Order: sequence, then C-alpha cells, then structure tokens
Amino acid sequence: MIYKETGQFKSTYESDHSIFPLIQDKIAFNLLMLVAFLIVPFFIDSYWEKAILIPFLIYSMAAIGLNILTGYCGQVSLGTGGFMAVGAFATYKIMTFFPDLNIMIIVLLSGVITAFVGILFGLPSLRIKGFYLAVATLASQFFIIWLFNKVPWFYNYSDTGQITVSERTMFGVAVTGANAPPYATYLFCLILVVVLGFAAKNMIRSKIGRSWMAIRDMDIAAEIIGVPPLKTKLSAFAISSFYIGIAGSLYFAVYLGALEVTESFDIMAISFPVLFMIIIGGLGSMLGSFLGAAFIVLLPIFLKNVMVDLIGLSAVTAKHFEITIWGLLMVVFLILEPHGLARLWSIAKEKLRKWPFPY
Amino acid sequence: MSVELLNFIETVINGLMSGIMYSLVALGFVLIFKASGVFNFAQGVFALFAALTLVGFQTGQVPFSHLINELFGTNFHNWYPSLHSFFAIILTIITMIVLAWLIEKLVLKHLVNQEPIILFMATIGLAFVLEGVGDLMWGSDVKVLDVGIPSGGSEWLEKTTIGWASEGSEYYGMYIDVLNVWATIIAVILVTALALFSQYTKTGRALRAVADDHQAALSVGISLRSIWVLVWAISGFIAMVAGIMWGTESGVQFSLSLIALKALPVLILGGFTSIPGAIIGGLLIGLGEKLAEIYIGGLLDIGAIENWFAYFMALVFLLFRPQGLFGDKIIERV
Repeated sequence: MIYKETGQFKSTYESDHSIFPLIQDKIAFNLLMLVAFLIVPFFIDSYWEKAILIPFLIYSMAAIGLNILTGYCGQVSLGTGGFMAVGAFATYKIMTFFPDLNIMIIVLLSGVITAFVGILFGLPSLRIKGFYLAVATLASQFFIIWLFNKVPWFYNYSDTGQITVSERTMFGVAVTGANAPPYATYLFCLILVVVLGFAAKNMIRSKIGRSWMAIRDMDIAAEIIGVPPLKTKLSAFAISSFYIGIAGSLYFAVYLGALEVTESFDIMAISFPVLFMIIIGGLGSMLGSFLGAAFIVLLPIFLKNVMVDLIGLSAVTAKHFEITIWGLLMVVFLILEPHGLARLWSIAKEKLRKWPFPY
Repeated sequence: MSVELLNFIETVINGLMSGIMYSLVALGFVLIFKASGVFNFAQGVFALFAALTLVGFQTGQVPFSHLINELFGTNFHNWYPSLHSFFAIILTIITMIVLAWLIEKLVLKHLVNQEPIILFMATIGLAFVLEGVGDLMWGSDVKVLDVGIPSGGSEWLEKTTIGWASEGSEYYGMYIDVLNVWATIIAVILVTALALFSQYTKTGRALRAVADDHQAALSVGISLRSIWVLVWAISGFIAMVAGIMWGTESGVQFSLSLIALKALPVLILGGFTSIPGAIIGGLLIGLGEKLAEIYIGGLLDIGAIENWFAYFMALVFLLFRPQGLFGDKIIERV
C-alpha cells in the first residue's frame, strides 16, 4: 500500500543510479537524519552517549571498514583490533606533537596512517588466501599490540603504559577530554560516520567497488578480465584500514579518553565482535554494518538488565550467561539466516510492497 | 663442551618439546579440517572444557552448583570427595563424545554447504557457548589438575649433564621439564595410534575417504554424518589430552583456551590438511620461538616476542609456500 514502487518512473540515469531509488526510502532516510542531527543532540544525556550512541557510531565505522575488506573484497581479517590500536596511538602521538592541530584533522590523519599500516600488512594477501590469510592477519594483531606495549615511545614513557587524551575543541566546544558535553562528542562522531558512510557507499557503487567484488567472487577470473589484483587488494586494505583507524581514533579520543592497549584492543574485545557485527548484519551490505553494530551494542545492555536487575544473578554468573547466550545467538543466527540482518530487512521490504493486500 | 653449546642444546630440546605441546592442539584442528572442512576455532575451548570437566569429575563437583546455590540459596558443592583419575578420564571421554554428537546434531547438520567463513564463525560461537557453559557448570576459579603425571625439572638429567661442561666453568646442568617429556611420549603414542587406526581399520579407511573427497565418499555409501561425529569425538579426545598437559602445567583456567591461538601458526606452517605437518610445524615453531626468545629477544632487550614471533615465522614461510609445508597443493581454475 504505502511502500510501493509503482508510478515511480526514472527518466534520467542519475535518478536511476541514486542511492535510494524509491521515494519512500529517501523520505525515511532523511527523517532519520533529521532526528539524528536536530532532535537527538537536545535530548542526549551522558548515559545514552557513553553506553549506546557513541559505541554504536564507532563500531559502525569499524564495521564499515571491515565490511569493505571482508564483505566486498573477500579478504577475511582478524586484525581489526590491531588496526584500531594503530588509529588510537596515531591520534595520541599526533596530539602530543602538534598541540594546536584541529581534532578533526588529527582523526583523519590517524586514519591515513592506519591506511599505510594496512597496506603493509595487506601485502601477504597477494600470495595467500582464505584461512591462511585470516591467520596471517592475526599476526598483525599480535605484533601491533606487542609493539605498543613494549616500545615506550608510543605511550610517551608514561609509567602505567596508558595513553590519555587531552582536551581539544571544535568551534569553541570541547570534543575530547572529560569536560566534553555529550551532544558535542555525539555530533562529532555522527558527522564523521555519515560523511564517511556516504563515501564508502559511493566507492562501493563505483569502479573501485566493482573491482573489489570481482576479486571477491573469483580472483583469477577477475585478473583475466583486467582487474589488477595488487592494486585492488591493497586499495581494499588501505581504505578498510582508514575506516578502522578512524574508528580506533574515536574509540580512544572520544569514547574512552584513556586506555591500555592489551586490554582495550584485545582480539576478543574488538576483532571478533567486529567480525561478528558484519556477519550478523550482513556481509557486503552497508546497512548490515549499522544493524550489526546496533545489535552488538544493545544486546549486552539488554542481557545485563534482564539478568542482573530482573532475575538477580551475581555479576560473575551473569557474565558467564552472557557469554553463553552470545555464542548461542551467533550459532542460531548463522543457522537461520547466514546472510544477516540486512537480508531480513530486504525480505521485510519485499513483504511490505504488497502489504496489506498480497494478491 | 662449552657452556654456550650446552645452553644451546638445552634451548633446542626445550623448544622442540614445547613444540610438541602446540602440535597436540594443532592435531585436533587438522583432523576436523580434513574431514569436514571446518576451521574449528573452538579447539582451544574444547581443551579448556575437557580439563574443567576432568577436574570436576575428579573432585566430585556438582555441575551448575554455583548457579543453583545462587538461585535457590542452597549450599552444596560436592557429591563425593574424590574419584580416581582413570575413571574421571573415562567419564570425560564419554562427555566429549556426547559433545561431539550434540555439535553434529545441533550445529553442523544445519550448516552443510555454507561458506567456510560462516562455518568458521559458527565455531567461534561454539567456543563462546562452551566457555560460558564450562564456567557455569564448574565455576571460573583457577583449578589444580593432577592426574599423576610428574612435572618439574629432572634432577637426574641435571646431575648427568653437569659433568659434560668443561672443567672449571660454572654450569648447573640442563633443566628439562619432565611433563614435556611425558607430553612427547603421549604425542608419539597418539599419532601412532591415529596412523594405525586410519591405515588398518575399516572406519579409518572411511575417514580417509571422506577427507579425500566428500561426494565420492557419499556415493560409495559412507555416512558423512557419522564420520563427522567420530572425527569431532577424536578431536575432543585430543583436546582432552592437550587440556591435561597444559592444565597440569599452568592450572585449569580461562587462559587455557588461548592455546588455540598458539596452535594457529603451527597450522599455517604445517598446512591445514596434514597430520605430519601439524607435528613438524609444531616442532619448528617451538624451536624457533625458544631460540628467538633467547637469542633475538636478548639482543633487542625487549621481552615477550614469543607472542607474535611464531606468526611472523609462519608468515615468512607462507610467502614461499602458500599452502604450508605439507598442505594440499592449491590448484586454481576459472
């Protein structure tokens, strides 16, 4: 009834190629953006900021990055935690070297640095594939974490080995540090995610994205039709690392403020959850990155509320239950819908087209 | 002999034997990968779960006692004071077999024909489930595991080797953990038994057939599903052995499940599909790690390089042989 495409004719190539070909999608997306930019900042408090919205935005960014590499280019990576750590430490070092630099530039520069590190660790992908590559990316994870842990230059010789963010402002409002108001940190992350999200979406729709997908689907065939594997794979590593690096930078500067590398960027803390996000959200789907991130951020909060506050289990037992339920959900989800939440959404849209008169 | 040479020999022996411990874990991976094409990330948690269960049976812990006590305010922990290790091991083996059957029934059966990464993620989920259930069942405190395998340095060896050093030099003999010697012996027995089993029994032949070609095996009437249960059960058994070894050395605790991460470089070095590869890969990695720790780590004055050195070694190796040492040759067609 409402969600129908009849009567929407495309008379130009531009309108046919738009991101949201249906007017309803466009309206819904614009409404969402209006709410996110104009309404949420006025109502956000520090619980919503720290527990839900900021982690959601940061994980979305990381998920987009990993989705570019794994979902679109087919290179499985378990090194997300390591690359996020590179972003975080790059931010820290740039902050200490250039105290006057704008925070937005610092974050973007961290992304660029991570992109170069990503290219470096992407080199083995030219030779090895599949699970061998997945294990090889673990090497980057362990090496990077070890490096930031053992070489004191990276954490400026602080006694605890922690890195701490200093206050930076944008338009006179603190964005990082303890005094940053919730709306400022939220808007800062939101702008980055929206802009870079659109950038990613457009990359995927253009030549570079098509060559990634060609490599993913069958690399030899892609090579034969003239897709250069070296350039394509390394560009996927670079761009994916750029996004993941920015996520790491935000994770450190905006979200945590102070962190210790082994604990914050552990393989169990970052790499697997982000991989899980893109699988549960949908491999090779932009929407999936966001849905997966939302799922992963909301589920522990929900579980904790139910088990600790409602049933009254002790925190330790609840934690064990949480791990179990996590695992169960993962398995059940993979069995029922291996293509993720994004596929569920497209099925729902399919149904909505004819609803409520299916005949 | 000079002290340096003796130290070098000691490092080599210790390295080789710690490599055997990695091989024990890698073996379980290889078996499952060969037979079902599943990259079983849960292998490390398998070892943890088996060790937890073994300790639980040994000390007669009531499963889920923490949970029950917390929910109903009761207070019971054990139903018998202790059980002989032999029976506890038998019970654990039975548990692992049941577990294998459950995994096939509840997970694998529904994921046939999915992409490898989906199966891989499913085993990560499985790892979470087993970890959570293991903790809920037996509690998450660090437990002491003792099944009667001796451990600690060998005095006999120290006394013997002390005389080997040249006169007047300060040398206190070689330190070699007896536990590692036992691990080596057990690994040799295990691999021999596996080889004999797959070479000379009917089930073993079926196993090899499935590893070779799933569809061909199906077409000659081999039941894939029962083979899978069997393979997962054998892997569970190997995980138990690995769990006993590692658990005796460092106590049964969560970090035991991380040995899976130690076994991964062994796998890519040796090849995912080769049992001898797992053993030789383990030996190489163990050796390389110990030598690097002492000779390179000492040089750089930075410790703990063993965290990533194994991966680095495996990676360098992969650049020359992308399928690992003994892996099946990768043939690609369009």
